[in-house]
Amino acid sequence: MSAIEGLETAHHHADEHEHHHEAQNFWQKYIFCEDHKVIAKQYLITGILWAVIGITMSVIFRIQLGLPDSNLSWLKPVLGGWISDAGKLDPNFYLALVTMHGTIMVFFVLTAGLSGTFSNFLIPLQIGARDMASGFMNMLSYWFFFIASVVMFASLFLQQGPAAGGWVIYPPLSALPQAHPGSGMGMTLWLASMALFIVSQLLGGINYITTVINLRTRGMSFDRLPLTIWSFLITAVLGLISFPVLFSSVLLLIFDRHFGTSFYLSDIYINGEALPNVGGSPILFQHLFWFLGHPEVYIVLLPALGITSEVIATNSRKPIFGYRAMIASMLGIAFLAFIVWAHHMFVTGMNPFLGSVFMFLTLIIAVPSAVKGFNYITTLWKGNIVFTPGMLFSIGLVSLFVSGGLTGIILGNSALDIQLHDTYFVVAHFHLVMGAASAFGLFAGVYHWFPKMFGRMMSTSLGQIHFWLTFIGIYLVFIPMHYVGIAGFPRRYYQFTSYDFTHKFMDMNMFISIAAIFTFFAQFIFLWNFFYSIFKGRKAPQNPWRSNTLEWTAPINPGHGNWEGDIPAVYRWSYDYSKPGAKEDFIPQNIPYSQTPESNLPHENEQIAMEKLIESQNFNDQFKSNH
Amino acid sequence: MAANVTTPGAVEPKMWLGGIEPMKASYGKLMMWFFLISDTFTFSALLVAYGTARFSFPAFTGEHSDFTFSNMYWPVPERVYEAVPFLHGISLPLVFVGIMTFILIASSVTMVLAVEAGHRMDRANVEKYMLWTILGGFTFLGCQAWEWSHFIHGTETGTVMKVIENGTWIEKTIFGANLTENQYGPPAFADFFFFITGFHGTHVFSGVILNILIFFRAATGFYDKRGSYEMVEKVGLYWHFVDLVWVFVFTFFYLV
Repeated sequence: MSAIEGLETAHHHADEHEHHHEAQNFWQKYIFCEDHKVIAKQYLITGILWAVIGITMSVIFRIQLGLPDSNLSWLKPVLGGWISDAGKLDPNFYLALVTMHGTIMVFFVLTAGLSGTFSNFLIPLQIGARDMASGFMNMLSYWFFFIASVVMFASLFLQQGPAAGGWVIYPPLSALPQAHPGSGMGMTLWLASMALFIVSQLLGGINYITTVINLRTRGMSFDRLPLTIWSFLITAVLGLISFPVLFSSVLLLIFDRHFGTSFYLSDIYINGEALPNVGGSPILFQHLFWFLGHPEVYIVLLPALGITSEVIATNSRKPIFGYRAMIASMLGIAFLAFIVWAHHMFVTGMNPFLGSVFMFLTLIIAVPSAVKGFNYITTLWKGNIVFTPGMLFSIGLVSLFVSGGLTGIILGNSALDIQLHDTYFVVAHFHLVMGAASAFGLFAGVYHWFPKMFGRMMSTSLGQIHFWLTFIGIYLVFIPMHYVGIAGFPRRYYQFTSYDFTHKFMDMNMFISIAAIFTFFAQFIFLWNFFYSIFKGRKAPQNPWRSNTLEWTAPINPGHGNWEGDIPAVYRWSYDYSKPGAKEDFIPQNIPYSQTPESNLPHENEQIAMEKLIESQNFNDQFKSNH
Repeated sequence: MAANVTTPGAVEPKMWLGGIEPMKASYGKLMMWFFLISDTFTFSALLVAYGTARFSFPAFTGEHSDFTFSNMYWPVPERVYEAVPFLHGISLPLVFVGIMTFILIASSVTMVLAVEAGHRMDRANVEKYMLWTILGGFTFLGCQAWEWSHFIHGTETGTVMKVIENGTWIEKTIFGANLTENQYGPPAFADFFFFITGFHGTHVFSGVILNILIFFRAATGFYDKRGSYEMVEKVGLYWHFVDLVWVFVFTFFYLV
């Protein structure tokens, strides 16, 4: 029998090797840092820089689409030769802009910037760990991401332009360098960058999962984990399983491009000349790609939903409605994410029966999604809502998730999708439900955890202004876009001036573009608020939102190891807000039931007996073991 | 560790209550498992891709004795892989790859023995069995190199095939296989053969490098000083995984 005694002995033995804190130089502290908090900030800042680039690109092509007669010569200092002497955007560069906007926003901002920032920052702080399981791998994860970023960024400056085959890089367009200027060096760098990105995701994801399983503080059982942690855990599992498939498909594509294989190529003529490639299948690439591509949607969205759960419960001053239902619905979404990928491929000529199977599975996703939607609304119901900027963005996320999700039911239908496939209807749908919704989650997270990250507060009123302008702007952009899509506007077209059916929608297109520019400028309020507050913001109190989770028990500016002295133990779930009988309207997770007899429920009184056990079970403090 | 000491008041720790590593699995071992899950999907994607290519070509339908190489149908594996070193001209279907597979599986057995010796802190046996495992790994890689070389050089007569060259259909004799042409069947067959066995071989190679590292550290007493041979076990997991993948690769390329 392995008794606590036995472990205790091992413990004392380990104590002798206790970490000695040497003074760290600048490089160890800020650059090649193994502290999860610094890595999280590195991810966040890199993500914000990418977001600025990605959103700026979208504004440029929105000007092209909505205001086709405008003279873009003023962009010449930045875009140089991509603007013709007549002030027109180069059509090939337009395609590159669309491609890079998608790639940057999906992978570099909403995957690395969102999950990388908050998984890194919150997992150790909320589960009560000193750091990630392996700080070194965590550092490697960021630096692989950084190299991937550098490669992708460098591709923007190629003479032939960056990759331009759409963010889904379907072959044969992406496989044949002679097919398009963007399929040359730009695509090579895209593939290299994504391979590095996948390595980074893998290193990060393995770390997140292992940390959640192994390094929870004493008392932090899985049914006491905050929903943020559940969402990061499930997201990491999704990434762990889906990214390697993209890795395989990217490797095969690299072989097709550079070594003459025919995995994805068959029966192709270029300028009337037959290529020697026989026997490959471009549809195979789509299957492999969307096996990643669809879970990727949830990799982007689930962390945002987790953040929202936490922020909404805290600021409604109410327990989250349906804690277990939230976990179950996330697990359900994660499972379904892997068996619906072919709904992106209804028009590839697949068997209609297979299409109906994928349609059926796709529509089932509406069930767990609706559970989440209802749970958010019922959590808000009759709460003492505090409209902090984080809360506003969380509520905004719920709104976007619902209105974007509704059109998902339409698009998931294989018959309707034939009409709507690759139109602006699809663009509007996924921008609402995963793009803007996840971005709102990112904003909510930044506003909510900024005090913990930088020890200072962001301006509330600027945050509220930022929210309202963004929220209104997003809907002004994407609601009209649905109509444009129903009217038949295809995605990725350079301009719509030469078709009769598009003429009467030109004003609507112009409206969308102006709304996009408006929303773009609103983001500068955030940028100002963010960077100004890092240096000059009001000093934060220890627990500014009166929240229950463990990170608020750490010092205002936590050092390496997060807590001074012992890591706090956990005795209750993280949603004891407005508990009847309690003195305050929140009871943090580290307050034992024995101290709150006035508010305990009968079954909670029984748990008082467990407290001794919880306190004694202190075996995985990384400062006291050989980690 | 005083694991067997029972004193009054001692309680069995609750594995999932936090504050302890569930089931005493170290973080490193968990990470290895999760990496292997991830790598499973890498290989699955490749094998599924292979499967779709395989079934998009017609199979050879006639008698086995009438089989000839052609790019019109998928080849019969027994006729492609029938060479054994030093036995030139004798048809020995799948004998050589069988030997390779046996060597790799045997190296898994020696790996198990090394892990077991590590549990007993028996440095000499860890060293011995790690050496056998390394030897097995290198032998497998050597066999694969020979098989690739044979596959690339092809038969003496070659196969006459219709292929597209410079945009027109021509007939030519093809000897052996590379990534663009293949005397044994459709080019896709050779493409996947090179890619998947190559990708697996890369895994074996990194496994051998890790094994050498483990051997070196065991031999210099690193694990004795650390008080644990768990690293042998972690690398062992990887080695068994690589073997398991080979079983699937073997099944798909040589048996089906």
